[in-house]
Amino acid sequence: MFENLGDRLQGAIQSLRGRGRLSEADVKSALREVRVALLEADVALDVARDFVKRVEAEAVGSETLMSLTPDQRVIRIVRDELQALLGGDSVQPELRSDGNVWLMMGLQGAGKTTTVGKLAYHFKAKGRRPLLVAADTQRPAARDQLEVLADRVGVPILKVEDGEAPATTKARLDAALREDFRDLVLVDTAGRLEIDEALMDELAALDAAVGPTERLLVIDAMTGQQTLPVARTFDARIGVSGLVLSKMDGDARGGAALSATHVTGRPIYYAGTSEKLDGLEAFHPERIAGRILGMGDVLTLIEKAEALEEAAEDGGLSGRPQDFSLADMLHQMRQLKKMGSFGEILGMIPGAKKMMPAGADVDEGELARVEAILSSMTDAERTTPRLLDASRRRRIARGSGTTVQDVNRLIKNYEATKKMMKKAGKTGRLPAGFGG
Amino acid sequence: MSWFDRLRRGLGKTREVLTTDVRDLATGANVDWEELEFSLVAADVGAGIAADVVEEAKRERESGTSVREALEAALLDQLEPDRRRQTLRRVGFDLDVARHRVEPAGKVVMVVGVNGVGKTTTIAKLGRYYQEAGKSVAFAAGDTFRAAGSAQLGVWGERLGIPTHVGPDGGDPGAVAYDAAAARAARGHDLLIIDTAGRLHTQHNLMEELKKVKRVIGKADEGEPKDVWLVLDAVTGQNGLQQARRFHDAVGLTGVIVTKLDGSAKGGVLLPIVRELGVPIKFIGVGESAEDLQPYDAAAFVRALLGGDADAA
Repeated sequence: MFENLGDRLQGAIQSLRGRGRLSEADVKSALREVRVALLEADVALDVARDFVKRVEAEAVGSETLMSLTPDQRVIRIVRDELQALLGGDSVQPELRSDGNVWLMMGLQGAGKTTTVGKLAYHFKAKGRRPLLVAADTQRPAARDQLEVLADRVGVPILKVEDGEAPATTKARLDAALREDFRDLVLVDTAGRLEIDEALMDELAALDAAVGPTERLLVIDAMTGQQTLPVARTFDARIGVSGLVLSKMDGDARGGAALSATHVTGRPIYYAGTSEKLDGLEAFHPERIAGRILGMGDVLTLIEKAEALEEAAEDGGLSGRPQDFSLADMLHQMRQLKKMGSFGEILGMIPGAKKMMPAGADVDEGELARVEAILSSMTDAERTTPRLLDASRRRRIARGSGTTVQDVNRLIKNYEATKKMMKKAGKTGRLPAGFGG
Repeated sequence: MSWFDRLRRGLGKTREVLTTDVRDLATGANVDWEELEFSLVAADVGAGIAADVVEEAKRERESGTSVREALEAALLDQLEPDRRRQTLRRVGFDLDVARHRVEPAGKVVMVVGVNGVGKTTTIAKLGRYYQEAGKSVAFAAGDTFRAAGSAQLGVWGERLGIPTHVGPDGGDPGAVAYDAAAARAARGHDLLIIDTAGRLHTQHNLMEELKKVKRVIGKADEGEPKDVWLVLDAVTGQNGLQQARRFHDAVGLTGVIVTKLDGSAKGGVLLPIVRELGVPIKFIGVGESAEDLQPYDAAAFVRALLGGDADAA
């Protein structure tokens, strides 16, 4: 049920292949599949229906273009519509030279407190002076949680007392700001259900008192059809200026993101991608379109690789493929590891997941074993693998906590890789199967 | 307001559509099955199951039942984890029993789930539920990862008068679980509920850690934990099935608890979970206070979803 939306779209639309002109019935049946696929990706029902209607209007009756077959044309329309729905360029929140107050809000468990910590970390690194305000007086130990995060980041925190009036909070905040210059105030509020009138009133009162410059709604990427009413209510009651999408490192397809942008008309500023403090990325709308369609996220992959290349000064590859040594292999593995888990990287490569057998999982443990084996070799062994005789292999197995068979297998794999690279070097391209 | 009323109110939107249909039926108009299917999708049931439910209801209708009865039967069918019982129900046996107390199979319950679903709050409510049932309960604060994660359960333990085993922040969750399980066996508490840190089901290493926590509990207390319950947020969409599947593969779920049903979320993703994994639902959470955690009953859940009478429950 979790096959790519992209695959399903292709499948649905393939039925249109070979037609010269699209009849309404043809398009309708194909678009029914499209709608189901969108719903399985947790795109809100209303949004999916609108979407399908627009595609239908555009596709029915129009003559086939010279260059495109009818099925290709529908795919084009679907893609263009999806991108249009998500808005264009990546947008970042407005940041003045000082007096920035950001109010974070959302349902319980959306990830507000964690996001506040990440924002503080992010902006402190950029030379800002953040101050955290812990206004979640509902959940036990929520303020402690933020305090721990504040300590970790190294920024001050102002804790709101139980039952404190918003005006008092504002006064305490002003007093704190007079004492110590801070140009970015991040207010963490309690999670609340959008139908809880009393708590929504409270939030509105706090909002009125502190007068935020940005109002950020934090939404869990795994949210289903509820995204719509939640985003709509928070927007109507408080006003939403931007969205933060949390838990994007899961395998949710991100339909929630699409729906929330659609209903509020506000951009998604950031995506949370891990539990660590640096797990926050600027959000790129066109990339979620790719993710929903299952087209991978090559752009993020390229960016990560580029960032690494800049950082890597410690001896790059030796150049010619025939010189590919075990040392290069280790180096590459370490570089790759810095880019994220193997599964994550695979997810960004278009079609890579498709090439894996269903249910297959990348064994990160195996990678660790390979690294251990390579690390247990001497420099000479790594650059000249011919040296590896039986006795050396025994030593390496002992040193890395593996078996001689593991070591043998690694060396075999290495030789196969080297052969492949030589071939690729000759033809100037990778052998078939690597194109994705 | 009773939990049933809250649930009913929450499920209101689905009901509106359904009652309209019933009225239409009385005047001889056709049932808008497509609209019905959409309303099920809007409840996060998933497009596939929504279609199945509607098909099944259409079949039931042909044998002369009302739209409502037909839908109730079709939904109950999807919510029956036991295949044998499902067959019995299909051939006409009435299996509905009165709401019962949920008894853990053993002495230790491990609670798992992704981040932010309300595991710790749910554990507090579970503690109170079993305390009121006359059991001596203990907690283990196994969430050593989240900043102040242990503190949160500690506060609850103090409020409820339940001893809480706390390890150091950033410590080994396995060690906390081991100590707590050994202590429970030694002190003879009736029930130990072990909290774990929230983790995304896609994180290989963290899922391995969870397997280890389960393993070491068995070393401290042979055969435990007999129960592993997954906590699921009602707002979760179709990704909920994937979550349940991964946790089930890793640590073998024996039950699911749905939280935050007091919002406008309907928790429809329960249907695909029960159908695909056959894991029963244990409790539903319909509010913030400790008594808002209620044993789950499929018949009442479906009745609430369709807007039945509270008295009938």
